[in-house]
Amino acid sequence: MSGSRSETMDAVFIDIELDEPAKSDPELAKKLEEVCTVGIFKASDAGTEIVQGQLDECVLCYLCVDACPAGAMRIIKKYEN
Amino acid sequence: MIFYEYEARKIVELAGIPVTKYGFCQTADEARKVAEEIGGPTVIKSQVLTGGRMKAGGVQFADTPDEAAKHAEDILKLEINGHMPVGVLVDPKAEVKQEYYASVVWDGTAKKPLMLFSDMGGIDIEQVAEEHPDHVGRGHISNLLPVGDYEAKQVIAATGVTGSQLNRATPILAKLARLFRDNDMILAEINPLAELTDGSFVALDAHMEMEEEAVGRQKQLLRQELGIAEEDTRDNYVPSEFEKNVKAIDAADHRGVIQGKDHGFDGNLGLVIGAGGGSLTLTDAVRNQGGKPANYSEIGGNPSVAKACGLAKEVLKKDGVEKIAVMMSIVSNTRVDIVARGVIKACLELGKDPADTIAIFRIPGAWEDEGNKILDYYGVEYCDRTVSLWDAAGRAVAKIQGAAA
Repeated sequence: MSGSRSETMDAVFIDIELDEPAKSDPELAKKLEEVCTVGIFKASDAGTEIVQGQLDECVLCYLCVDACPAGAMRIIKKYEN
Repeated sequence: MIFYEYEARKIVELAGIPVTKYGFCQTADEARKVAEEIGGPTVIKSQVLTGGRMKAGGVQFADTPDEAAKHAEDILKLEINGHMPVGVLVDPKAEVKQEYYASVVWDGTAKKPLMLFSDMGGIDIEQVAEEHPDHVGRGHISNLLPVGDYEAKQVIAATGVTGSQLNRATPILAKLARLFRDNDMILAEINPLAELTDGSFVALDAHMEMEEEAVGRQKQLLRQELGIAEEDTRDNYVPSEFEKNVKAIDAADHRGVIQGKDHGFDGNLGLVIGAGGGSLTLTDAVRNQGGKPANYSEIGGNPSVAKACGLAKEVLKKDGVEKIAVMMSIVSNTRVDIVARGVIKACLELGKDPADTIAIFRIPGAWEDEGNKILDYYGVEYCDRTVSLWDAAGRAVAKIQGAAA
């Protein structure tokens, strides 16, 4: 790895998986947007959008996981393989 | 905060120290009027916040009001060391019998104001102190207790001044000391303090510098007495690109704090450092072990990944930087894993291998286990609190020197 690139990279450390039908639930989307302190979730009528550019800011508070139905959301730490 | 000479004169005057009948002018016509009021030979002095006025032609002598106006017109157009004057000071050409020096400075070692007096005024006090140390009197004053005239008298008498000169100079130095403390100055200087042919003493020139942190509580003096606008900060410091970029990154995100300075640094080891005095300690530790820092920085207050990444990227982008050392004292608020993500991301986004680029990562404290996992994944050496700041700095220096060898 060498060179002088200067770009931004998203989701280097953290990824989030949200299963259907939770992902398309507008009420859950609002709740996720509210609980996340670093703006990873954006709510719309279509449900939850995961903002890729904010994923690495995840502070691992798991409030989003708690807000979802059991097993619907997984936070993946990429550095743990 | 530094002051123009005409403001410094006003401060001296407000403290009850005699000054000549001077006038601050912003046009040639005003200068003519002041010269007419003075009614004799005058001196016209450029009002700039830089030295070297005399050499640059910013100080001229005039025998008539018309001549004073002409000099004022020329001086108002004259740039000195990149500074345009805000006006000119028109002063009577005094009949001086002898010049003295009086000042009060903040002694950072003693943590007290220090009075200085010399019977050799008009020249740099540093030169007098070096060539004629017996002509410089010194004496500390208390930060809390009232300043007594006798304290000033002792300082002046130490230079061999006696008689009426001693009696006339004593209240001036005492008032200067009170002015210094009352107005939160870090420098209050009268040079020269002139003894005129009639035996009286007047301040012919004055320099004042106020502690920046005190500006907020000195509104009466600054706004009411001197008419200095709130936005007039007198900040002549020109930040580098690195400093500007770091400041912009910090301002864009409220989480945490980063600062970066690189004036005077041109080394190959970038520093991403901070926490409770850690930055100063670590910079010294790097330098004292033969390392060459590329910058000074401070990071703390639990910054976001983006902020930590932004600082590390700016450091890495500096010319000549080969590696970065990421070191802090023990953190409780700032999270180790967040900073680890930030600095690793900076490397990756610049196309660099974190394992090769990060000479050392020594941040013990909150979320250090998580941080260790991230660093371990990318092959970066992690040091916990069992490695002292000194040893961590030494390891970073050894790595970069080993890489250069």
